[in-house]
Amino acid sequence: MNPIAHSPHAHAPVSIGKVMATVLLALTPATLFGFWLYGWPAVNLWAVALIAAIVGEALVVHLQGRKVRPVIMDGSGILTAWLLALSLPPYAPWWIAVLGSLFAVVIGKQVFGGLGQNVFNPAMAARVMLLISFPLEMTTWVAPSQAPGLLESLRITFFSQPIDGMASASLLGHVKTEFTRGIGLDQALTGYYAPMDMLWGSRAGSLGETAAVLLLIGGLFLIARRIITWHAPFAMLLGVAVPALLFNAIDANHYAGPMVHLLSGGLMLGAFFIVTDPVTSPNTALGQFIFGLSCGLLTWIIRTWGGYPEGVAFAVLLMNAATPIIDQYVKPRIYGRDRKGVALPANKG
Amino acid sequence: MKLFDLRGGVHPEGRKDLSAERHIRILPLPKKLYVPLQQHIGAPAIPVVNVGDKVLKGQLIATAQGAVSAPVHAPTSGTIVALGDHVAPHPSGLPVPTITLGSDGEDKWVPTETVEAPFALRAEEVAARVAAAGIVGLGGATFPSALKLNLSRNSGVQTLIMNGGECEPYLTCDDRIMRERAVGIVEGIRLIAHAVDAKEILVGIEDNKPEAIAAMQAAAGNSEVKVVAMPSMYPMGSEKQIIQVLTGMEIPAGGRPADIGVLVHNVATAYAVQQAIRYGKPLISRIVTLSGGAIRTACNVEALIGTPVQELIAFADGYAQPAARLVLGGPMMGQQFTNTNVPVVKGTSGVLALMASEIGQAEASPCIRCSTCVRACPVGLLPLEMAAHIRSADLTGAVGLGLKDCIACGSCSYVCPAHIPLVHYFNYAKGDLAAQERSKLKQEATKKLADARNERLARIERERAEAAAKRKAAREAKERAAKEAAEKAEAV
Repeated sequence: MNPIAHSPHAHAPVSIGKVMATVLLALTPATLFGFWLYGWPAVNLWAVALIAAIVGEALVVHLQGRKVRPVIMDGSGILTAWLLALSLPPYAPWWIAVLGSLFAVVIGKQVFGGLGQNVFNPAMAARVMLLISFPLEMTTWVAPSQAPGLLESLRITFFSQPIDGMASASLLGHVKTEFTRGIGLDQALTGYYAPMDMLWGSRAGSLGETAAVLLLIGGLFLIARRIITWHAPFAMLLGVAVPALLFNAIDANHYAGPMVHLLSGGLMLGAFFIVTDPVTSPNTALGQFIFGLSCGLLTWIIRTWGGYPEGVAFAVLLMNAATPIIDQYVKPRIYGRDRKGVALPANKG
Repeated sequence: MKLFDLRGGVHPEGRKDLSAERHIRILPLPKKLYVPLQQHIGAPAIPVVNVGDKVLKGQLIATAQGAVSAPVHAPTSGTIVALGDHVAPHPSGLPVPTITLGSDGEDKWVPTETVEAPFALRAEEVAARVAAAGIVGLGGATFPSALKLNLSRNSGVQTLIMNGGECEPYLTCDDRIMRERAVGIVEGIRLIAHAVDAKEILVGIEDNKPEAIAAMQAAAGNSEVKVVAMPSMYPMGSEKQIIQVLTGMEIPAGGRPADIGVLVHNVATAYAVQQAIRYGKPLISRIVTLSGGAIRTACNVEALIGTPVQELIAFADGYAQPAARLVLGGPMMGQQFTNTNVPVVKGTSGVLALMASEIGQAEASPCIRCSTCVRACPVGLLPLEMAAHIRSADLTGAVGLGLKDCIACGSCSYVCPAHIPLVHYFNYAKGDLAAQERSKLKQEATKKLADARNERLARIERERAEAAAKRKAAREAKERAAKEAAEKAEAV
């Protein structure tokens, strides 16, 4: 006889694995677009990142004496590696992906106690580690649609074949460089900022962050499937767009407008797939809104005044650290009590 | 009518179609009935019969004890076979004091009093007759109904809400009774309103029961009874939630509906009230839904209190396949049982035989803080945080997060993608808290007794010392007097 079970004796047809699979599905269009845009090196990098994450996680879980299969099958490690891969330069060497993936699942997640226990978003922690440790490899971009053949792509990924001929700069990086040379936005953006290309993603950037429309569709799909809510993504876009709009209105030559900000860098990927990471974000709707808004603001501040051209990863990590504080102060009102938790007064109508 | 929003809530698969179209059928008379003395919240009833006594149907066999209790009546005519323990309708399956009645097959009633003009009865008289009929809340809470009537009358109730929500999946007993006995229910509702002098009467029924709504509207006619269709959502039929949806008011934390001028009763309870007041019939039977994928013929039956559940299952043509789990009540808040010899009691709304696929149980995996539970909670709690505190034995922290406000509706567990048994944690913690409070009271009582004893011993000691001192003083005075007298004598 099975042990006596507690109610409820019914369950919604959901599981962690299904949640992760839905998120992966939502990421697929933007990923496939990245593969098409940058060719085989992007596929290699993505595959290496996933394999490294699976093998690395299996190994540490085995060392912990826990069952490996359920941990791998929950799909969270795969999702982490997938997100990391999408945030890497597409022609980055294989060891960048391996180091990043291992850092993400081992240091970023398992060291904290595994799924649900990590304070920081593992993919973003890994990306920042790579960016600080290997600035050259992490900022070597290529112009899109120069897809090399399979053999050449293997040389690019696994033997670090120089890619000088195809090198390009991301929009945000280019703007930052031009600023240091004393060149204003009006000139810097010329030839670099084509709104339609930005929208569809035909630009230099990380593997899967460029296709703004596809990422948006994926995000809306997740909202429709109730995997995520609109609060954090919407607030993050707002947090970038509002200051961009204000400062652009004040000095258009120094501050890029909201569309440039919204469509560049990793913002779309960040808004729909990173700040919505349940583990490292607050657990109430208002908390998630505050979290998203702050991520957006910090991203804009780092992009505008910081030392790095892009700030999504830094902003997310900073706000991850603030999540417990937000959760401490932002709590729902309990039925029959006021906001402070005091019982409502009796009212005989 | 304007309705208010329910916070959170879930949409479990209804599965009411299994039994919703099946007419209420009277279960054949069982040979033996097992009537527990405690079928209600409060003190158990005290038997007033002995083994071998012949009783008639509806005769009092156990009387209420104390302020919160309810009497128990013979469900049929026959002989008292035993006064002793029988398996309880509870997950533990432990024995509880039970009166066993052997049926004589005649089903002969005690003389009952029919009241032609029940509304001429005084309010107190209505409540007294409800108490004497052993009526308790038939929605599942089984709180003695007369107590609620008296409490509400004394505190001045404005609004009477009749709960026809039946938001638990599978259950159709309230749906059927509203379709088939609407006239009796409406009279019962008006009698309850009469007993508490309510100004407004609202009957809330989920909109997945259009036939019941139509039947109740037809029965209510132009009377003051207002039938309201509510959106179908779990836990709409919970007392706190139905009040919120129909009135926009909330019961203050730790309070009762009467605190905001509201009284809530179940529709089936209203029918029992009508039967008791108009026909003088005590509560000796109830409607039970038999359902679940493992039951061959899902149906609704009127079963006598004390009927072993196995007779109900046999009436439903037994199992279509081995049941993965047997449940008393609905799947969201019902309790598992293993022994089919358990009796139907006043609070038994359903008997479910579920297949594994209907239960959807899986091993729990780690919490990913997705806050689906936060969005599902109708009370506004943070189930994931409370469970984390309870897991690390921090009950104070869990109470600080609102553990005592949890209504154990199961919405959080139902939606959790990690299959964490959240409500199980909360009920465990509530049990532990209650045990702690009991042991604290016991400790305080012990300390008080010990203090009293020490004080008494000290007092006795003190009194003894005082008495000794007094005796000594007296002796010395005497000696001194004798001495003085001797000296005086010598001097003379």
